[in-house]
Amino acid sequence: MSLINSVPEMVLTTKIDQLLNWTRKSSLWYMLFGLACCAIEMMQTGGPRSDLDRFGMAPRATPRASDLMIVAGTLTLKMALRTKILYEQMPDPKYVLSMGSCANCGGLFQLGYSVCDGVDKVIPVDVYVPGCPPRPEALTEGLMMLQDKMMQEKWLVRSESPASA
Amino acid sequence: MAGAFGVAGFGLAIDMDIQGIQKKLEATFGAAVGPVMEGSVENWIEVDPDKIDGVAEYLQSHPDFNYEVLTNLTGCDYPDKGHIQVVYSFVNYDSGSELTIKVNADREAPKVNTVMHVWAAADWLEREVFDLLGIDFIGHTDQRRILLPDDWVGNPLRKDYVEAPDYHGISTMRESLLSVDIPGRS
Repeated sequence: MSLINSVPEMVLTTKIDQLLNWTRKSSLWYMLFGLACCAIEMMQTGGPRSDLDRFGMAPRATPRASDLMIVAGTLTLKMALRTKILYEQMPDPKYVLSMGSCANCGGLFQLGYSVCDGVDKVIPVDVYVPGCPPRPEALTEGLMMLQDKMMQEKWLVRSESPASA
Repeated sequence: MAGAFGVAGFGLAIDMDIQGIQKKLEATFGAAVGPVMEGSVENWIEVDPDKIDGVAEYLQSHPDFNYEVLTNLTGCDYPDKGHIQVVYSFVNYDSGSELTIKVNADREAPKVNTVMHVWAAADWLEREVFDLLGIDFIGHTDQRRILLPDDWVGNPLRKDYVEAPDYHGISTMRESLLSVDIPGRS
């Protein structure tokens, strides 16, 4: 958005796409989806020190009110089926952030018989955050990368629309 | 023996205990109770799989033993010996005495009598052994998988377990980390 000096104060000029993306990225509600120890860091990120609330992010307990799924922890094959169902229940446009080594590739437990090595085998992932577990700073950076990605989206020109898969 | 707490004399007290326990059990249950087996960490008594419920009830309710707590119930697969072992750990909190009982079940069709009517804690523990080792606990009222999904194929803690190639379309084929060449390592 750019402020043009010649127009009176309190007026902003922008593009519709940018305005839509800006409003959406500034109220990114995430679903509580802690699967293992990464969930502790995710809670910490939502706490007062990192304070996800300053991005307009709020935890939701249901996929139907969520824009973002933070997959935080080891994904077992049993949970993978549930993850897919929860993802399908989220309204479009929806985003997935894979948090930690386990969600990225199975991590420490990837050879286990019960572990799904990577959440991207089940649902599409927008941002991967490495770490075991990632510190709140790392998760915050991942979320800011996701916001950058959201700002690139186009909604008015449907042919160019890179809407989330 | 009372006062078996503490490291000093602990093993001695249990050893003296377990011989006496074995004699009493043998007098009551006859050939279903085996001799005291000596292990590197602890000694144990082997019991027939179809008599373990009676032995457990006896050990729990008889005032001489009074093993009122089942601290663990687990299993182990021995393909070379042809059996699957179920391990029971009992504790008497009054005397601090611990006792280990092992049951060898036939590997092809493992059946062991349940002890869930003696200790309610055995309910989920036996479900876990059923889930991961495939032992049929006769008399268990709610025997179904506890950790793995209901439609899982096989029992993963058996030594000859072969992983299915996929689970509901999710591939379980993984590159072995051990096959990766690490420079400077033969």
